[in-house]
Amino acid sequence: MIHFVLLISRQGKVRLTKWYSPYSQKERTKVIRELSGMILTRAPKLCNFVEWRGYKVVYKRYASLYFCMCIDQDDNELEVLEIIHHFVEILDRYFGSVCELDLIFNFHKLPRAQAYYILDEILIAGELQESSKKTVARLIATQDSLVEAAKEQASSISNMIAQATK
Amino acid sequence: MLLAPYLQGGKGLFISYSTLDGSSVEMRAIAIGLFQHCIGPIAVDVRLNYWTRDFCLSFGLYEEFIDELDMIRAIRACKTAAEERAVVRKECASIRASISENDQDYMHRNLAKLMFIHMLGYPTHFGQMECLKLIASPGFPEKRIGYLGLMLLLDERQEVLMLVTNSIKQDLNHTNQYIVGLALCALGNICSAEMARDLAPEVERLLQFRDPNIRKKVSSLKTAALCTIRIIKKVPDLAENFINSAAALLKEKHHGVLITGAQLCTDMCKVSTEAHEHFRKKCIDGVVKLLRDLANSPYAPEYDISGITDPLLHIRLLRLLHVLGQGDVDASDTMNDVATKTETNKNAGNAILYECVATIMNIEDNGGLRVLAVNILGRFLSSRDNNIRYVALNMLMKAISLDSQAVQRHRATILECVKDPDASIRKRALELVYLLVNESNAKPLTKELVDYLEVSDPEFKGDLTAKICSIVEKFSPEKLWYIDQMVKVLSEAGNYVKDEVWHALIVVITNAPNLHGYTVRALYKAVQKSSEQETLVRVAVWCIGEYGEMLVGNAGMLDVEDPITVTEAEAVDLVETAIKRHYSDLTTQAMCLIALLKLSSRYPSCAKYVGIGSLHIIPGRINDIVLHQKGSLVLELQQRAIEFNSIIEKHGKIRSALVERMPVLDEATYSGRRAGPVPAVVSTSLGTQPKMSNGVAKPTSAPLVDLLDLSSDDVQAPSSSGGDFLHDLLGVDLSPASTGTNNKAPKNGTDALLDLLSVGAPTAQSSSSMLDMLSSEQDNKRSEGLLDNFASLSTSSAHSSSAVSSSSMMDLLDGFGTSSSVPVAETSGPSYPSVVAFESGSLKVTFNFSKEPGNPQTTTIEAQFVNKSPDIYSNFVFQAAVPKFLQLHLEPASGSTLPASGNGSIMQKLKVSNSQHGKKSLVMRVRINYKANGKDVLEDGQISNFPHGL
Repeated sequence: MIHFVLLISRQGKVRLTKWYSPYSQKERTKVIRELSGMILTRAPKLCNFVEWRGYKVVYKRYASLYFCMCIDQDDNELEVLEIIHHFVEILDRYFGSVCELDLIFNFHKLPRAQAYYILDEILIAGELQESSKKTVARLIATQDSLVEAAKEQASSISNMIAQATK
Repeated sequence: MLLAPYLQGGKGLFISYSTLDGSSVEMRAIAIGLFQHCIGPIAVDVRLNYWTRDFCLSFGLYEEFIDELDMIRAIRACKTAAEERAVVRKECASIRASISENDQDYMHRNLAKLMFIHMLGYPTHFGQMECLKLIASPGFPEKRIGYLGLMLLLDERQEVLMLVTNSIKQDLNHTNQYIVGLALCALGNICSAEMARDLAPEVERLLQFRDPNIRKKVSSLKTAALCTIRIIKKVPDLAENFINSAAALLKEKHHGVLITGAQLCTDMCKVSTEAHEHFRKKCIDGVVKLLRDLANSPYAPEYDISGITDPLLHIRLLRLLHVLGQGDVDASDTMNDVATKTETNKNAGNAILYECVATIMNIEDNGGLRVLAVNILGRFLSSRDNNIRYVALNMLMKAISLDSQAVQRHRATILECVKDPDASIRKRALELVYLLVNESNAKPLTKELVDYLEVSDPEFKGDLTAKICSIVEKFSPEKLWYIDQMVKVLSEAGNYVKDEVWHALIVVITNAPNLHGYTVRALYKAVQKSSEQETLVRVAVWCIGEYGEMLVGNAGMLDVEDPITVTEAEAVDLVETAIKRHYSDLTTQAMCLIALLKLSSRYPSCAKYVGIGSLHIIPGRINDIVLHQKGSLVLELQQRAIEFNSIIEKHGKIRSALVERMPVLDEATYSGRRAGPVPAVVSTSLGTQPKMSNGVAKPTSAPLVDLLDLSSDDVQAPSSSGGDFLHDLLGVDLSPASTGTNNKAPKNGTDALLDLLSVGAPTAQSSSSMLDMLSSEQDNKRSEGLLDNFASLSTSSAHSSSAVSSSSMMDLLDGFGTSSSVPVAETSGPSYPSVVAFESGSLKVTFNFSKEPGNPQTTTIEAQFVNKSPDIYSNFVFQAAVPKFLQLHLEPASGSTLPASGNGSIMQKLKVSNSQHGKKSLVMRVRINYKANGKDVLEDGQISNFPHGL
């Protein structure tokens, strides 16, 4: 089971956090501090796993962004690397090039809702939900269009009201 | 670049489709930069082509975007944390205001801001209700952001979560599958046990939902499956309800459903044996078939990862077989297929192989497949990819219990991994090497590890040292080798060695009489080279103190050894350096002092006088160093220095006997103690042991262990064990009345101590008997031992037996000035009769009273509890309360279990100070809790029959 997902920039700024096991606000800050200290200082070419508090943290760097997932001792680390890659590819398709990912997240430092929605389509309860990138993309697109439709409807109604009250 | 003038003009900016859709990364980055630059204060007219629309969508909605940006900008501009807090406070206030105005339009925006604030680590609980409101609203966009906020701001431990149960329930029954999806997702990520119980029927219904037009419902099916995992983890009893629907999932075609279905079945097997049985009977063939089809399936672009069709599903199915397929022939065959056919030049293939090996290890009993598995791991181990090597090491740890021979073959490679630059790999490899060690290979492996210790990273040394020490202790074939290895470890990484380890080393050294000379010389040489290793210095100093003459005399020479010449002065130099180093800690310095005391007898030339000058005696080197410590700011060192100085100067006759060699420490007792329930106590007591107990009287070892008790237990603690210990230690028959009283009744204490000091002599001795004794002719071995014990007793607890020690120890302490001596208290004040303070049908409490002389206000009460019933009382707790004019201090009871039928008792001491002494008498309310026959019993009462004058 994946206990949490962290996205940390090379400067140690947190871009996205998702917790599947309960951690209090205080613990979360501590976890992030500990892990970014451990992971950001590791040299390239070393293996992508660090052992931490009896768990393993699998991380991978894409451009200037570190994707970290914390798993149990006997989970398959190599598989988690695939899941991270899967997530990145879907983000990539959605947002554009991976090289700009940090830019996208960094842009005004908001935890981007869209990234969370995508993550929710891939992982639930710390387990993998979907291995097809196409399906995820389709689901997200449909939901986005639902939002769009609702907005358009709202604005057309307000236009109508505006015209009627002129 | 051409856009720049437009930007400067501050007018509207048109970003053309072609610019933004430009394929080069730089162009896009520039475009985004421009966008960012101009979006804030300037009203931007962006023509929404498809790219920019996506772009804006990805940042939430456009109008929210600018507003948020203001806040982010404000927060970014803060130079100090205080400023940032102020901005956040202001924002929170405005969000709260907007919430209380119930402004629907701003809800989105508020929540987005809140999420940002939450991520910065500020409290956002007031936003939780906002989420609930959004979730309850009818539209999809509101619900979507509401659920997102719920998952980010709340977790299962918050009570607010219960409020959302009903909304989730409604959404689970919604006709729109995406809204159902949102609700399931939230439930799966944060539901608590109560919610799981409440909503399980809804999830169950969704999981069973079958529709010919299955494609549409696929997404809620797989979400429901994962949601069920969470539910059965929270409430395992519910697992049985889901067995059939979970098994049905494995018959679907869609990969997403299969993945979640396999995962659900695996997790169900873990929580419910019934489910395990069911799946084992019904599903195993299906899973094997699925796996085989998958392995042989043609190229499928949708699921393909580096040439393999859906490795993630592969792994899930293998993991299910891992749980189910014990001893199944078909399963083993498929395993063989998968293991041999899978491509291994990419991570995805290796991930499958790795899972496959794990499954084989678990389900296969016959050798053939297992050999295949270990071979795969061997191949992994020689891979150049660090990840693959890491997982190979990880899996070999599991393989070792099945087939250690096969793993031993890779020993050389594993040993190389210990020296890897990667900390994760090193740690794994070290654990594995530790498991690989046996009698036959302990020597070469230890040599490798010790050699590596020299060059390893400082942060790795701690782990490595611990493992080496453990290996050396466990497998040492002979003592010489043990000592050699330990000296090496101590000189390389002495600062990382735990206390138990060097204590054990000392025990081993004392037990190897033919190696004493060798060891002390080896340690001397080692300290010359690496004097910065604290523990090495300690062991060396201890050994020099004990076997100093062997160091100088080259006694007990072994064949393998090179002779060295050390003069007495050089040996003393070493101790002197150790005691004077600024970074030596108290233990080391104290050990140095003991060593010096011992050397004063071993090296007479360095000891007392160098010569007599015209006016005063010039002290010898050793004495000089000891005298120097008299000025130490640490009480312990100062006191030792004064005592030792006095022994060196004035008691030459008994000195040599006093500082005889330590008797042999019993290894069995020591290791037994280490394995015992209180290792912490042992380690501290051992820490003080070498310096406290030189020249113990009895040559057997058992009392030594008791002696350790004394030095660790604070003698002030009222324990009869103190008395017992003395008893044991001396082997004399002290009358029961005088044992265990060394701080309760001063007079008795004095007697007891005097008894100790004059074994065989009549007890009627005045307190000055000590003085006589020290100079008396009866310096048989035993009494010196006693004296020494007394000295050690007083060093650890001089204050507790102060009345006695200060006068009788006057002689030893005279360097300190004798004015501080206090006359021995002649009487111990009036005595009081014992009372039965409390008595019920089954329990009797007796109080014995005593008072410290000179302090009439304080009474020490010794409470004795006796159980008259036939049941044993456990968890026995005595509580007492007193009125304000009294002060009560309860000391820990002697136990918490009270034997039945009066066969024993619990003792507990209470100290009561009466501020109205002489005016009011004592009064006390008590409450007693205990467990008898599995039932909790509570008794209480008031005690007012205290004797007068307390």
